[in-house]
Amino acid sequence: MTTSQHEISAEMQAIEADARALVAEGNAPELHPRRDYPPYRSSILRHPTHELVRADPEEIERHSPAFGHSDVSPLESDLTIQHNGEPLGERMTVSGRVLDGEGRPVRHQLVEVWQANAGGRYVHKRDQHPAPLDPNFTGVGRVITGDNGEYSFTTIKPGPYPWRNHLNAWRPAHIHFSLFGTAFTQRLITQMYFPGDPLFALDPIYQSITDPAARARLIGVYDHDLSVPEFSLGYRWDIVLTGPKSTWMESEEAHD
Amino acid sequence: MTEPSAAPEARYVQTPAQTVGPFYGFALPYDGGAELVPGHHPRAIRLHGTVFDGAGDPVPDAILEIWQADETGALPDERGSLARDGFGFTGFGRAAVDLGGHYTFTTVEPGPVAGGAPYVLVAVFARGLIHHLFTRAYFPGNAERNAADAVLTAVPAARRQTLVCVPEGTGPTGAASYRFDIHLQGENETVFLDFDA
Ligand SMILES: [Fe+3]
Repeated sequence: MTTSQHEISAEMQAIEADARALVAEGNAPELHPRRDYPPYRSSILRHPTHELVRADPEEIERHSPAFGHSDVSPLESDLTIQHNGEPLGERMTVSGRVLDGEGRPVRHQLVEVWQANAGGRYVHKRDQHPAPLDPNFTGVGRVITGDNGEYSFTTIKPGPYPWRNHLNAWRPAHIHFSLFGTAFTQRLITQMYFPGDPLFALDPIYQSITDPAARARLIGVYDHDLSVPEFSLGYRWDIVLTGPKSTWMESEEAHD
Repeated sequence: MTEPSAAPEARYVQTPAQTVGPFYGFALPYDGGAELVPGHHPRAIRLHGTVFDGAGDPVPDAILEIWQADETGALPDERGSLARDGFGFTGFGRAAVDLGGHYTFTTVEPGPVAGGAPYVLVAVFARGLIHHLFTRAYFPGNAERNAADAVLTAVPAARRQTLVCVPEGTGPTGAASYRFDIHLQGENETVFLDFDA
């Protein structure tokens, strides 16, 4: 028996109610998704059941590999020029800054992105979605952040796509992001979403972040000043990297 | 510079993680990613293992990264992890598992950093793993330093061995082989670390 969206949604609502109650009792909102989030079925056998062991970061954890322009060509930030023709879809730029928890720019570090094409299809052997591949779009980009932590990609808007978590499961449109900070503890893999997606409430991966304010941090903001006339729409998305634990922010989010 | 878009009080709150998903294979792995040194390096070691889920089944869609000091215990600051020149040592490696959940790195055994117990820092990403996990692969030949290590000593004795590679002698190329299996869950669940940043 395949689980229905209705059942998955009920599970997600129960978990969010539980998280809200914890916050009402005075606990800090959870900044990251739960690794144990049963509505995302694949997490059930893949999350640790023991508490993570708290450790002081040593020198290795406090440093990060160095990347540079010998590693990444400037052309790699444009996902629309990797083939002979223009890819199909809504051309856009995604720009922002990578910052640390103190607001300092994360300079000269590696940002990698990958995404589906405009029809919601990945260039991946195991993607079974019967949407067309686009011969002019691979969906992979890389960039090294600038002196102010800034990055910018030119790409097309990815389509939503179905997956098999439950019956009629669809992922909201998203771009996968991989980031390195100045310390390896800041390593982050995440996804950027688009404003107003009707699939947000239905998606167990997005909803695995139980705090609404934290979820909102994954949504790029449409920025008309970043749109290029007769060429592309602009989205701004800033990313903040800090370690897995960051006690300094426990008093945060009083605004919500 | 441009102002960040979020409300001022939310400015520097960290961005949440999301799963790497199943479809990173065309994006994250790269040529030479798993070879921190070439296989013919005189002191190359093989660091390999299998990633298992809570049912004891191999995880066929995990991707691992390692980050480590060089043989002398120095932290690398060389660029070129993505475009390796075959000579420098950048200390960073990335390997996707195969369909049997198995990964292999070619690297060198790290030396002690600031006199501590040498280890390779390991980050694990996978479909179904919503937020990545960190662990450390220590080496069995450093008994004295391992016995004094803050993490190894903080962990219950029964789970400590999940942090130490198993020596397997030398392979056909003469390289020493170490096995470091990762159990995301279950009886032999690997010890995963949360750093006070
Ligand atoms: Fe995806």
